[in-house]
Parts: sequence; C-alpha cells; structure tokens
Amino acid sequence: MNSGRKNNAEQYLRMYRQMVRIRVFEDQANQLYLSAKMPGLTHMYSGQEAVAVGICEALTNEDRITSTHRGHGHCVAKGAEFKAMFCELLGKEEGYCRGKGGSMHIADQNHGNLGANAIVGGSTGIATGAALTSKLLGKGNVTVCFFGDGATAQGLWYEVMNMAALWKLPIIYACENNGYSEYTATAEIAAGAITARAEAFGIEAHRIDGQDVLKVNELAENLVSRARKGEGPFFVELETYRFSGHHVGDINREYYRSKDEEANWRLNRDPIKNFGDWLESQSIADADELVAIGNEVKASAEAAVAYALDAKFPDSSEVDMHVYVGVDHALPYIDGSSK
Amino acid sequence: MTREITHSQAVNEAIAEEMRRDERVILIGEDVAEAGTPFKVLSGLVEEFGTDRVIDTPIAEPGFMGMAIGAAMTGMRPIVDLMFGDFLFLVMDQLCNQAAKTHYMSGGKLKVPLVLRTNLGATRRSGAQHSQSLQALVAHIPGLKVALPSSAHDAKGLLKSAIRDDNPVVIFEDKLSYQDKAPVPEGEYIVPFGEANVVREGNDVTLVATSSMVQVCCEAASLLEANDISAEVIDPRTLVPLDERTIIESLKKTSRAVVVDEGHRNFGVTAEIASRISEKAFYHLDAPVVRMGAMDVPVPFSPALEDLTVPTPQAIAANAGRIFRGDLLHAI
Ligand SMILES: Cc1ncc(C[n+]2csc(CCOP(=O)(O)OP(=O)(O)O)c2C)c(N)n1
Ligand SMILES: [Mg+2]
Repeated sequence: MNSGRKNNAEQYLRMYRQMVRIRVFEDQANQLYLSAKMPGLTHMYSGQEAVAVGICEALTNEDRITSTHRGHGHCVAKGAEFKAMFCELLGKEEGYCRGKGGSMHIADQNHGNLGANAIVGGSTGIATGAALTSKLLGKGNVTVCFFGDGATAQGLWYEVMNMAALWKLPIIYACENNGYSEYTATAEIAAGAITARAEAFGIEAHRIDGQDVLKVNELAENLVSRARKGEGPFFVELETYRFSGHHVGDINREYYRSKDEEANWRLNRDPIKNFGDWLESQSIADADELVAIGNEVKASAEAAVAYALDAKFPDSSEVDMHVYVGVDHALPYIDGSSK
Repeated sequence: MTREITHSQAVNEAIAEEMRRDERVILIGEDVAEAGTPFKVLSGLVEEFGTDRVIDTPIAEPGFMGMAIGAAMTGMRPIVDLMFGDFLFLVMDQLCNQAAKTHYMSGGKLKVPLVLRTNLGATRRSGAQHSQSLQALVAHIPGLKVALPSSAHDAKGLLKSAIRDDNPVVIFEDKLSYQDKAPVPEGEYIVPFGEANVVREGNDVTLVATSSMVQVCCEAASLLEANDISAEVIDPRTLVPLDERTIIESLKKTSRAVVVDEGHRNFGVTAEIASRISEKAFYHLDAPVVRMGAMDVPVPFSPALEDLTVPTPQAIAANAGRIFRGDLLHAI
C-alpha cells in the first residue's frame, strides 16, 4: 500500500474512525427500529463504509455530494454529526431537516451534502447540475454523485452523463455495486458491463474493490484533483456489499441471498476489520487503540441517541412552513388570505 | 359463499383469476416475481404463471411503462406494477402522452388495454416521496380511467373490471389497508366502473369519500350518530367515470355534503366533486359543500407533523356538524 504511511497516520486513523462512526450509527439506528422507537424504516449502509469514507476524505467542505435512500454513510463521511442525524431519524426539531425529511432525505447544507433521495436515480440530475454551477462559477469544486447498481437502470443518468461529458463537468459518478437492488441480484438487472455505459460517452471509467478504503481514497484523490482542473467527468464502479437486509425490516432474505454469501463477506471482506488489521500490521495503531476508538464512538452515539429520544418534536405550526421560500405559512398564502 | 380475506389477497386473487382466464394478461414491474413486491401482494403468482408472464424489471419505470403500452397495442394485456404512487411522476409522459391518447389519435384504430396498479396514502412515516395520493393528476387526463377501491371486495372486483377493460386504467390501492379484511364472495364477480357504493345510509349530511377516506368517513358517521346527526357515506369507487347521479340523489335527500379524498385539497378530486354537486344540485343545497383532503404541503416525515396532514374522523365530523347546524359557514 501507500509509502509515507507514518506521515499519513493521522489521516488513516481519521478514516478508520469515520468508518467506525458509520457502523456504530447504523447499529444504533437498527436498535431504534427493533425497539420500535424509530418511525418508519431505514436502509443501513453497514458493509459499504470504505466507499463513502474513501471518497469523502478526498473532498473539501465546498465539494458537493448527492446521496441515496441508503444515505447515512455518505452523510457521516461528509462531516455530519450524530445528534442532528439521530434527531432527523426520529422526526425531531433539531434534526438536520427539522424532522421533515427523515432518514431518506437527510441533507447537510454546511458540509455540501445536497441530500439523500428516495427516488432511485433521482439525484443524478441534481448532482450534474451542481457540477454545472461549479463550472460556471469557476470555483474548482467537485460533485460526487453516489448511487447504487440498481440506479444504473434509470434513463435520467444517461441523459445527464451525456451532457456532463459534452461540457466537461467536474463530477464523479460513484456507483456502489453491492450486488443487489432490493431483492434482485445485479446480474438480473444489468446487461453488459456497467463501466461500459460511462465509456460509451467517452468518460474515463474505473472498477475497483470498494472494501479497501486506501484504494478507494487513492483513486478518489486522483480523480478529484483532475476534475478540479476540468478533466472530468469520471465514473467509478465500487464493488461492495450491504451486510444487512435491503432495509431494517428485511430479515428473512434467504430466498434471494444465501447466508453463506453474507457470512463470507462479513468474515473476509469487512472494510473496517481489514483496515484495522492493516493499521496494526503497519504499527500505526495497536489493537487497544482501535478498541478505544470503537468505544469512544459508541459512547458518543449512545449519548446522541439519548439526546434525540428526549428532544422535542417540531411544533405543529411548522407543518405548513418551508413549502415556499419567503412565505412563512403556505396555507394562508395558497388561498390568498395572507395578503 | 363469502369469506373474509385481506385487501392484499383480494388483489392477488383478481390477478390470478384473470391470468388463468386470459393468457394475454401479463404482470410487469420491480420485484413482482420471487419477492412478490415489497408489500407481498403478488406472492405466489410467479410460481403459477412463470417468469414469462410475471416479469421482474430493472428500476426503469418510464421504460417498462412504455413497453407495457407497446405490448398492449400489439395484443397483450399488461398489468404494470408501480411500487409507489409517487413514482407516477416518472411515468407520466408514457402514461399521459402515449397511453391516454393513442386510441383517440389513431381515430379509434389502436387501443391500449393496460392496467397501472399503484397505491396512495400517508401516515406510514415514509417521507415526502413515498406518501402521496396522486389520483387527481391522472383523473385530469382524458383517455385514462381511474379506480380507487376502498375494501377487499372492491379491490378484487374493480381490478377484474380494469383488466378486462380495453382502455388504460390506473388503479390506486390504499397501501395502509393491505392487511385489512373484508367479506369477499368465493365465486366470480366484478365491480363495474361508474357505480358508486352507498356504504352507509343517512339523511342529514352526505360524506362523499374515496379510498382510504371511506373508513375514516364511516368513523366520522358514527361520531355524528352519537350527536343525532345521520350521515350517508358514498364511495364513488371510480373517479373516471364518476357516478354523479348517486351523489346528486343523495344530496337531494341530505342537502349538505362533505367531500373527502386523501389527495391534496388544492385543485384536487374534492374540488371536482364539490363543483359537480354545486352545478347539479344547487337548489337542493342548504350549505356550501366542504372539501377535505391532505393538507397542501409535501408530506412531512415527523409523526408529529404527518398526522396533522390527513383528515381525521373528528375533523370530518366537526365540519359535518357545522354545516348541519349552519354555523361558521364563512370559516370553512
Ligand atoms: C424510482 C424508484 N423506483 C423504485 C424504488 C424502490 N426502491 C427503493 S431502493 C430500491 C433498490 C435500489 O437499489 P440500488 O440502487 O442498487 O441501491 P441499494 O439499495 O442497493 O443501495 C428500490 C427498487 C424507488 N425508491 N424509487
Ligand atoms: Mg444495490
């Protein structure tokens, strides 16, 4: 792997920590679901941490991302904090979106996260538009569009990829191929190679192991810096795996995915465990230090959950706020009585 | 013989019976085969009919919608499964510019016998993109028929009518009622389009309710009954065609109406029905027609907010009580 690794120790430990934060966040979210404290359902990112962290570590606060229904990982990796995230999952006023969005719509404006999305493939246009802004304003920032293998079936992506290529937009399309869309294997829904789809537009395409955070990060650093110079767009397919069901309620899933397959990924291709082993083998951290990171993150997540459980719901008067910019309350505005 | 089955089983039976009856009927959509959809409504169909007729697609709604139209124009009778009503926005061009207009534009030479099955309904804590009730959008487009079953019985009967219809039909199921049971005959039956159901008879006020709101209005009627107000509940069952006559006849008796539908109130289904009542029963009315629907905001995630956006039995009863007493007419 990388030379100069001692110099990078701080960065490596931060990446490790960020991956642990995602895993711990999801474990807590799952507990909230199982104990019936969370409204609705949520899609866990566990298993895919190296993708979000490896890529987001190559970005600055001014760079943008768009995210998906499986979006907690992207959100954490881009700099979000636990309290406001858990508050959002529980529909509380202090959530990132004041409880109005929920798990599938978390957005974190301060860190350039333009939002998760509950329409599969729905963010490809938004991401490409953000890249157009970057180009027009000439600020040199980059947008990363995260989406799943399932989203590659949506036509919108091909329309915007064509324009991104024509206009050399600073965007990286990051396809997290976790082998499934809902209850269907990728092989059954994707004809040909996914990289070839981007190549058809003359876009430089890569396919890499999405479980190796250093490899992901190295590629991301390279593509981001080139995109800043106007050499984009780029496409990356990251081979990864979701350790849990499609959502927290998807418990009996052997009809579409075998227990052996799941066990094998968990045992041999856990991005956090493998990176931890590497950190130890390189004497960057010892086992105790890694355990300490885990414990500390867990304690902070538990504190955030406790905080969020106690936090206030939004006041009922908020229900018709934020429908229109510049309008305090939509209902009297719509019927004209607020004039 | 009648037994009780769930709304979900009723849909499943309707499709299975029609697929046995007519080989041209096929099912197409995301995770419709082995998974039987996320709602498990279609479980077992692929085992009986095979993957040629129960077709799993990639996540490409405009694509498979368009293909269903082409297949329908050339001899098949597709049932398209659109996992959430909110995804209508993805297929609107194919549905409204193509399917709805083909028969007309071809001077009656081509036809598009397909069914688009989808759903509606909030309060499932699913957020703004998985909770909408968009029936008004498609009811606005000439060429599309629109059905809104409110019970297992009607879900089966209306779906069978839809499958046998030679036109594109959009049928909305209430996703919160898939597990609700109702008496359903063992034998073959259909529910024809354009025939409203008088769910409950009454004399003082008419509650016109669709889909998810029928049950809510029945509860409102019980609340009103406790106050000696007799409410009639009418479920139109199809928006296009609309059984205006049954509604108007009821109004002639009660002279007051509250119209309730889970779509947004603004420019919605209730606006259309209320204005038909005003046009056709004006001289019988003792009070303005009241409309109730989903609040005109995107559906919020937070339970504390989401519950405020959907009409409740209490709110409906309160409005019905007001027009019955002649109170506060200007404030409604
Ligand atoms: C337009 C649209 N169609 C269908 C769905 C339902 N749905 C939610 S997630 C999902 C699978 C997405 O698969 P993929 O893109 O691979 O992401 P993953 O869940 O594997 O992270 C589907 C079909 C949706 N939300 N939006
Ligand atoms: Mg996937």
